[in-house]
Amino acid sequence: MRSPTPSLHRPAESIDQTVLHENRKLVQSIGRRGFLRGAVSLGALTMLTGCDVTNKGGVQSVLRAMSAWNDRVQAFLFSPTRLAREYPASKVVRPPRWNAFYGREMVKDIDPSTWKLELAGLIGDKRPWALREIHALPEVTQRTRHVCVEGWDYIGEWTGVPLKLFLERIGADLTAKYVGFKCIDGYSGSIDMASALHAQTQLTTKYGGEVLHKDFGFPIRLRVATKLGFKSPKQIVAMEVTNTYPGGYWENRRYNWFSGI
Amino acid sequence: MATMSLPAEQRPRKIQPLTVRITHWVNAIAMFIMIGSGWRIFNDSPLFPFIFHPDITLGGDVYLSQQLWQDSGMGGALQWHFAGMWLLVLNGLVYFGYNIATGRFAMKLLPVTVKGLIGDIRDALSLKLSHDNLNVYNNVQRLLYIGVLALGVLVVLSGLAIWKPVQLWWLTDLFYGFQGARWVHFLCMSGFVLFLVVHVVLAIIVPRTILTMITGNAPPAHDDKQKE
Repeated sequence: MRSPTPSLHRPAESIDQTVLHENRKLVQSIGRRGFLRGAVSLGALTMLTGCDVTNKGGVQSVLRAMSAWNDRVQAFLFSPTRLAREYPASKVVRPPRWNAFYGREMVKDIDPSTWKLELAGLIGDKRPWALREIHALPEVTQRTRHVCVEGWDYIGEWTGVPLKLFLERIGADLTAKYVGFKCIDGYSGSIDMASALHAQTQLTTKYGGEVLHKDFGFPIRLRVATKLGFKSPKQIVAMEVTNTYPGGYWENRRYNWFSGI
Repeated sequence: MATMSLPAEQRPRKIQPLTVRITHWVNAIAMFIMIGSGWRIFNDSPLFPFIFHPDITLGGDVYLSQQLWQDSGMGGALQWHFAGMWLLVLNGLVYFGYNIATGRFAMKLLPVTVKGLIGDIRDALSLKLSHDNLNVYNNVQRLLYIGVLALGVLVVLSGLAIWKPVQLWWLTDLFYGFQGARWVHFLCMSGFVLFLVVHVVLAIIVPRTILTMITGNAPPAHDDKQKE
């Protein structure tokens, strides 16, 4: 250290260090990583609550804890063998009701010849899948009720490969907690493994016997008959099997994650 | 303890037991949460051609939510509704359990007779209805309380039917399907709001009933008489 040179702007005596000595333990415990993590969490919390943390943060953390508790209750209520009711073909609505977080004219076109389903995470064979390869897999058809979180519903007919069969085919770790999806429009979603393995959970390629329209998820979408509609992402481009909670578009905006019906 | 030395008929009467008073006010909070957040959830897909003004709904700042996330504020409303439901149901179980176990329901709410109803309505319309003894409900009160308790059961059942139409399909079937359950859920809410208006207006007209629901004691009725 340089010896202090006399200056009008510098105090004549050195700074009193007693406060530092008294709080040595506390100061030493401040880690760079911990501090950054805390700061980022606090910042994220502000974004999530969308309001002043000082007066609403406590309430928001209680509400989020309750939502997590509800996830557990719903996992308990979920029966892996109970099937959603099937309906006759005459009840199927064509075309189905459209919904997204943007305008319908913004739905993206996908070139089926270049589209690939990317795979990531706890999967044995992560080779991307082309559409014709997915089409070659065994398909099943379901006519079930689609229930939107908003309150509307309709009966639809979806055809596709059971997700369970696909997960087995790619050598996914079926004991993992989550299956996550990413879509071409920036939408994302994730479901629990138990629901992923349910007989009425499928990677859908057709609606009402015809190739999916892009508005309803071309080239593939997820269809989960035991969850609310927003849990079935459309126009999927990537799938991940993981033990790390992946969240999702609406889930990150405070919608309940499990959202089983 | 000084009151213990008074003759029995002069002791302050604990006519609202502690359990009833606590569950009453917790229920008031739970109802506020459920109705407020329910109105906003309704707004996302209205059953009828109107919506509730966002400012009287619950679930965080609607306008901020729209700016940040292009969300109608539904996310916050869902959080409140799915948290509040536990408060409503657990509190309701304590209330029903207590009142059934102690026989208080039968004592306070029965009997309701047609003759009694006609008489009480006539007294009420001619402003002769007695408020002397808060411990005894008249026939109209009994009927209204039985009705609102039944609505309480119905609102929870229809709520479960909306929440779990696949896992609890038999319950959803009882309400004539998913949309039927939504109608029942909405009508229950409407019933609560109507009840609430009457309930609060009457409590304000006879303010010592509010005091009774806080302290549990009924101030002697003759004091009121003197004031009147």
